[in-house]
Amino acid sequence: MSTLTALARARAARAGRAVPITAVRHVHVSDEPLVVIPLMQAGEAAAPLAVMAGTDRGAPTLLVVAQPRNRDQRFEFLTAFAELLVPYIDARRQHTETVEATRSREEWERCTDAPQLILPNPGGVEALRLLGRSARFRTVDGPYPVDARVPLLGRYLTWFADDRAPMPGSSVCLALTSVLAQHWATGQSALEDQHLPALLSWIDPPDGMSGAAAALLAEDPDVVPPAGPATDPAFDTGVLAPLVRAQEEARAADDMRAVAKAEEELRAALAAQLEPTWETVWRGIDVLRALPAAASDELRWQVDRGRFTDFMTGIEDGAPPQPKRPSAVAAARRLADLESAQQSYDRTQAIDDPLVLARYRVGGEAFAGRITFVDAERQEIKGKRAWPRPLVVMQTQDEVILRPGVKLASPARVNQTVRLRAVRPAEAGGFEVELELQSGMGRGKTPEAGSVPAVGEERCYATFLAEQRGTRPELPDADQTPWTHGGPPWPHVARAEDQAEEWR
Amino acid sequence: MSPSVPQATAAPGPAGTAARLDALRGPVPPRSHDARTIAALTVNPGCSRRAVLDAAGVDKRKLAERIGFPARYGQSPFAITRGLAFEKQVKADNCAALLELLRAEPLHFDVPEHEYVDLGVEPEADPAAPASLDRAARYERTRQAFARVAAGEPLLADHPLLRLDVGGRAAYVEPDVVALSARPAGASASAPARLYVAEVKSFAVIDGQADPAKVGAAATQAAVYVLALRRLFTELGVDPAIVADDVLLICPTDFANKPSAHLLDVRRQIAAVERQLARLPRIGALIAELDPAVDFDLAVDPPEAKGEPGREHRSAVELAKSLTMVEARYAPECVTNCEMAFHCRSEARAAGAADALGRSVRDSLGGIESLSEALEVADGTAGAGSGQHEAARLLRAAARAYDEALRVVPRAADGPEADG
Repeated sequence: MSTLTALARARAARAGRAVPITAVRHVHVSDEPLVVIPLMQAGEAAAPLAVMAGTDRGAPTLLVVAQPRNRDQRFEFLTAFAELLVPYIDARRQHTETVEATRSREEWERCTDAPQLILPNPGGVEALRLLGRSARFRTVDGPYPVDARVPLLGRYLTWFADDRAPMPGSSVCLALTSVLAQHWATGQSALEDQHLPALLSWIDPPDGMSGAAAALLAEDPDVVPPAGPATDPAFDTGVLAPLVRAQEEARAADDMRAVAKAEEELRAALAAQLEPTWETVWRGIDVLRALPAAASDELRWQVDRGRFTDFMTGIEDGAPPQPKRPSAVAAARRLADLESAQQSYDRTQAIDDPLVLARYRVGGEAFAGRITFVDAERQEIKGKRAWPRPLVVMQTQDEVILRPGVKLASPARVNQTVRLRAVRPAEAGGFEVELELQSGMGRGKTPEAGSVPAVGEERCYATFLAEQRGTRPELPDADQTPWTHGGPPWPHVARAEDQAEEWR
Repeated sequence: MSPSVPQATAAPGPAGTAARLDALRGPVPPRSHDARTIAALTVNPGCSRRAVLDAAGVDKRKLAERIGFPARYGQSPFAITRGLAFEKQVKADNCAALLELLRAEPLHFDVPEHEYVDLGVEPEADPAAPASLDRAARYERTRQAFARVAAGEPLLADHPLLRLDVGGRAAYVEPDVVALSARPAGASASAPARLYVAEVKSFAVIDGQADPAKVGAAATQAAVYVLALRRLFTELGVDPAIVADDVLLICPTDFANKPSAHLLDVRRQIAAVERQLARLPRIGALIAELDPAVDFDLAVDPPEAKGEPGREHRSAVELAKSLTMVEARYAPECVTNCEMAFHCRSEARAAGAADALGRSVRDSLGGIESLSEALEVADGTAGAGSGQHEAARLLRAAARAYDEALRVVPRAADGPEADG
């Protein structure tokens, strides 16, 4: 944790209320997100108990599995979940825009929207991942036939929870606690921040109450039910288990009226557990929407829209379901993707947000101050040409621990590389930094207008902004993968063992 | 025990320590350890409060309830049912499925035929008589069974009861199954067979992966069994290395109930548990330093008249006061391991301790323990203490950078296609 974030937490603890650690919102919030709150049965690998989902705050859909260990009921549940999710996804594909051809890709059509799933916490995302894994290899024939929408649902859920959710900067599948904790520091620990009602209490406490007090209250499962995917063990013991038993006994006795009554009671009990969380999630979305979007938000969402388009095209073209384990090349490529996405996300956040940049200033990777002297005429003769190399002197209160020769860039002009020439303590306190501008001044002998900072201007320079962006590793094509790395891969066939995978 | 025993604290020694620990607990039987609580000793070993309570055998759950901070543990009945059903399945037909798992892919163990011994039932028990659960008898049966194992007989021991010395008191632990002798794949036929502890857990291993937290907890628990088993063999005069460093974790595979076996190296966990167990008797010094007034007597005398509440030896206020006199080392992670966590949290928060926000926050604050002190140093209203100059420099830089950044207007969006 950075010193700045730790200090923000200390301040939040003193104030009894969360303090912002970003000035803008670094995730996209769709106009019509699909809120999904899964509840899973304790002790089982992926046995859904209930899901509350929908795009309309006033009208959530509640899906309930009366006996989660019954395979047929689980399958009915997944079909119903698909009936809810598939139309939502299809509606995002109605309109497309043409993307011009680039060196690596021909002209293509990109969806103008993408789906967005918002879950209460990372546990919810993991629950979707497991549901996706349990559903995507099912088939309409074989030993355990299912509705055609079930494997499709499995592939969608896998894309959201496994492919995109871990990707830095992607907003198609968000865990609300992680997103809120990214934007606010609370006066409790990171562990306690994983509890959505408590976290939101710190950020947006009820009137007349401190965040600290509200969070303490929200932690009591008797007052506020947990946000899933696990249910409160006391609820399982006192409410759920007797209702499930009543329902099973009624079924065994073939008393359909009693079955209907028991199921209705079960539904009501689960609805009562889910409704407070439903309201909390939407309140969290309100809080996020109130923040101004980051400058890079559109661009990042555009990447999400592009990946969404590609994924849907792949499904239409008959691509196989995501493998249980990726091949060596696919895994290496995925790691490289994650790494470069993280770099780019870190970078754009620092450029867009002075509060994020401030963390780097404390860590010594950046410094900020006022320009006190500019020699815009300075040149350097290299070969037969003279190149503009303006000299800039800056006064900063930050402690500059960087050495001469290091390359820097400023969020105000990211593509301009600057070399640090010298650092000396200033008479008035702080440091005086001598910088040489090296690029981003046009092609002429003299710098283009506006490309050189002016005396009196406030600037911040950071090392990581001048770093070369990572190049992707060269990896062989799939059919060129050596056998040492599991290749070349066989063409995918729907394997009988996948379909026969037991599925209680 | 007479309340005036200042002499006992002045002259410690093992007997004095034991007497003081008994006095601390009061006239109630000591709370005995099980594998879970022994495993928990390895987490946050620096906490004196827990060390003292554990050594004295104080019922921490009850203590937390009495002072108004009940622990929120509990297991869902669904999870319990599932766990029992899975264990029953693995152990069906005298653990035939378990042996088959070891011989099959991917372990390929060389497993001889085993004689199945259920140490949970009396050999000549009268079916009409209630099942004897006398722990000493069960432990003796376990001892005899393993004496035969030491002599080279392949025995599959179900429901064994092992003993570990925890802070001078015997604690009984019950491995899920078994110790069975097998040779790992590739070992030569002349290599000695080793004994394996098998731990049956009902969390799923999906595509070869399981929840790391659950695997970690299972590994530490299994390490306790390995250790207890090794102590038993040492007592029997057999080289304890006969018990393998690896344990067998038996879990359901993917989404079905089909069990699969996984080999888990628990050397690190064994070392950690051993270290903590060795440390417990040495808390004499800690005990000797305690204020004589510290007392966690949870006993309640029966009421004098019907319908009246019983007389508590110590009130909630007295108990809480005793707690404050034994230093805790609270961390947010305590909530998952220690019954006292909510009390310690409230105490840490009230004191404005940086620990309440987590170790990483405290470290990032340069090790300054008090939040108000850190904030004062950051704002420049307080000077830095000795050895805190580096922390103070960072905190002031952070405060200045944060406050300056709040005044800067963030970069505005300049069109969707701005940057390449």
